[in-house]
Amino acid sequence: MVFKGLVALLGLTVLGLAAGIGLSLTGEAAPALERFGPALFTRNVWDPVREDFGALPHIYGTLITSLLALSVGGPVALGTAIFLAEFAPGWLRGPVSYLVELLAAVPSVVYGLWGLFVLAPLLRTTVQPTLGNWLGFLPLFQGPYYGVGIFTGGIILAIMVIPTIAAVSRDVIRAVPDDQREAMLALGATRWETVRYAVLPAARSGIFGAVLLGLGRALGETMAVTMVIGNRPQIPASLFGPGYTMAAVIANEFAEATSDLHLSALFAVGFGLFVLTLLVNIVARVLVWRVAWGPVGGE
Amino acid sequence: MDGYGYRTTVHYRRRKVVGRVFQGLTVLSAGLSVGVLFAVLGFVFVQGVSGLNLELLTQTPKPPGEPGGGVANAVVGTLLLVALACGFSLPVGIGAGIYLAEYGRSGVMAQLIRFIADVLTGVPSIVVGLFAYTVLVIPLGHFSALAGSFALGLIMLPTVVRATEEMLRLVPNSIREAGLALGIPGWKVTLRIVLPTALNGILTGILLAVARAAGETAPLLFTAFGNPFWNLDPTQPVAALPLQIFVYAISPYDDWHRQAWAGALVLVCLVLVASLAARLVRGRVMF
Repeated sequence: MVFKGLVALLGLTVLGLAAGIGLSLTGEAAPALERFGPALFTRNVWDPVREDFGALPHIYGTLITSLLALSVGGPVALGTAIFLAEFAPGWLRGPVSYLVELLAAVPSVVYGLWGLFVLAPLLRTTVQPTLGNWLGFLPLFQGPYYGVGIFTGGIILAIMVIPTIAAVSRDVIRAVPDDQREAMLALGATRWETVRYAVLPAARSGIFGAVLLGLGRALGETMAVTMVIGNRPQIPASLFGPGYTMAAVIANEFAEATSDLHLSALFAVGFGLFVLTLLVNIVARVLVWRVAWGPVGGE
Repeated sequence: MDGYGYRTTVHYRRRKVVGRVFQGLTVLSAGLSVGVLFAVLGFVFVQGVSGLNLELLTQTPKPPGEPGGGVANAVVGTLLLVALACGFSLPVGIGAGIYLAEYGRSGVMAQLIRFIADVLTGVPSIVVGLFAYTVLVIPLGHFSALAGSFALGLIMLPTVVRATEEMLRLVPNSIREAGLALGIPGWKVTLRIVLPTALNGILTGILLAVARAAGETAPLLFTAFGNPFWNLDPTQPVAALPLQIFVYAISPYDDWHRQAWAGALVLVCLVLVASLAARLVRGRVMF
């Protein structure tokens, strides 16, 4: 009985710590929230010197880099997952799975280092001018090409969400019963048509969950983005301009913040980030759990 | 050839071509994913090897702008942080895992803990750092290794909980029943029979968690803070390899950039060894 009580207590500790995160952030963010109200998240100004804080540029940067990451990394990750689950020959499946999982093991500061010294110069000299030439009539793709900026941040995040989305999607796709495939093949469908019309629809909500898990990772990712986004609290008209994210501003300013209000504003940004990732993760978990545990393809 | 058959043939051919194209695209995606990995690791290796030398692994950092110096204290700092993080997260994580597997297979409380542990995995590491700051930096009044390792431990915790639970669940009930039939009390069955049986699997989870924690930078920025000198005192700020790489990378000095790449090589090797070890241990899991 004592032992059961002890381990139950340790289980409750997990709950307590999770609750503690939310409570402590709310507590520390309170002064800034009282001073600025909801405007703290809707105003486009961030001026630590005049103690005027509105985190809209950071929220914009976080959302736009994450969307960029999903639209670039998502299809690649899904393609990888389909390859691993459906088309890869047996001898290739294990090694490629392992290598894709290794992408997740590389520390984010290493991605940042690579992004800063390899990816950013590469994008500045090749990819950005090409996009500018083709799509330059849109403000989103106009120069000047800095290298570091929102665009590079999005690409680095695209690489970092690949392992998450690919691994979860692969598991979800493999969870689709073989009956589905056999029935489709028996109708004379090609292997691709089987995947497209019998497997993917059945795995749809799980894949959506996988993409949301990737989104959660992209929203909260700090170091790699901090090193390549340019760190300027503004909303640039062009994707190539320098910006900021919620995580990056905490990483850069927290240890050097001098006034209590500045610290509190950063805590408020952290609280916003916490709530955002919490919602995304909860929805994602529910979707993935349903596919992994419930009947598949019952829609 | 009548029109119908001809059309069917063309149609079938087109379907086959479309299938080939999309199959090719999935191969391309997989190639791209693996290619990016090699591009990152390749650069780290090539750039890192040229900066790697004995001085880097035995010296502490020189003042800004002065060439030379090393990251030895940061490597030791990272090991210290991870060891302290294990000291906190292993008892709590394994205990909670035992509760979930042995006493809470169903039940609202267990289900809630399971769900929260999964959601905790998704909390951004920088937010975990903020939490550690409020819990250990504000009360102590200064940055410390203790605060950094608390943050790292919190990041490890969900992985340890879920790995323990899943591995304990794989242990067949007949083993528990055999123990209980001999009159061994339940807690002793769990600790002395069930836990050792699942040890390899749990160790895999722990190693994966360690690999992740060792590479974390964000939660250390305002907890462990970094330190240019040797320090093994948990109540004082301590250097960490990822922090050092970050500071060197964004500095304007070429020599520090070189050391950042070399440091990254050391860090990647540490992390890869941990995750490879995890894989080897997992390979030996059997019941």
